[in-house]
Amino acid sequence: MTVDATGLEIAGRRWGSRLIVGTGGFRSLDVMEQAIAESGAEIVTVALRRVEASAPGSLVETLDRAGLFLLPNTAGCYTAHDAVLTARMAREAYETDWVKLEVIGDDRTLFPDPVELLAAAETLVEDGFVVLPYTNDDPILARRLEEIGCAAVMPLGAPIGSGMGIRNPYNMSIIVEQAGVPVICDAGVGTASDAAIAMELGCEGVLMASAIARAQDPVRMAAAMRGAVEAGRLAYEAGRIPRRLHARASTAMEGRAEFHSDVSLDG
Amino acid sequence: MNIVLNGAAREVQERITVAGLVRDIGGEGSDGRGMAVAVDAAVVPHSEWEKVELTEGQRVEVVGAIQGG
Repeated sequence: MTVDATGLEIAGRRWGSRLIVGTGGFRSLDVMEQAIAESGAEIVTVALRRVEASAPGSLVETLDRAGLFLLPNTAGCYTAHDAVLTARMAREAYETDWVKLEVIGDDRTLFPDPVELLAAAETLVEDGFVVLPYTNDDPILARRLEEIGCAAVMPLGAPIGSGMGIRNPYNMSIIVEQAGVPVICDAGVGTASDAAIAMELGCEGVLMASAIARAQDPVRMAAAMRGAVEAGRLAYEAGRIPRRLHARASTAMEGRAEFHSDVSLDG
Repeated sequence: MNIVLNGAAREVQERITVAGLVRDIGGEGSDGRGMAVAVDAAVVPHSEWEKVELTEGQRVEVVGAIQGG
């Protein structure tokens, strides 16, 4: 029998892969394409910026050709106003109602601005968007985002691009425990074990960009992340043993042979 | 006439359409996938690009797909 981890469901759509990959930070489109293929991801994030010279055809063509679901972000927005407008532009550019909502409060930490984030999410939900907000690892904010109709919540494990892993697994657990929508760990993953930990905590998925794109070998790291997300999810579904201070033998104590201590071992 | 394109002043022909502007900046041949245009902070749907004419002083944002996390 082959055991597979179950798939991801967001807003009524199902995917086999629980790994969402950001397309930013790769040194070439070719490496990006190979890494995404190796990751097994079916959803990838994309962005929008001012066009100065030419039509940006090749990125979208490359991703479309691979049959990927494009999830536009609102990266770089600092206000609800800008994020809402960016999401509306993205809806037109990418022909999707889905948006990874980012409203940043500070360019040093790239932490979300919770006040602006909530306001933007509310407007976009009313506008008919499927809103996936990148949020702080704050259980109360996550609950508020869910209450206003977000289709998932995406708490950070650590600052974007920091590779610091899941800095507050307890908060992540509380968010998972209370959430009625999928929790996707977004940002902070540095290596495979970080992704596995996020999944073991019960996250429904992991979103990462830098950890793959900026690895020395992005294609190999993508394969590592695919394995880690699957392994972490399987472990979560399997149900880990509780942590204990003292040992608990796994070999039965009954039925051991008895030896006389006065017999020499020298034969 | 003058408009403000992506934050910078730009001279364009009178009554240029959104589609004409996109062609001018090298987006011709594009079906618009991966691109979006807003005029005075209102998004212009692709289906309106040939119809909507720009007027003096309007602020136009033309954005396109880039890689992002």
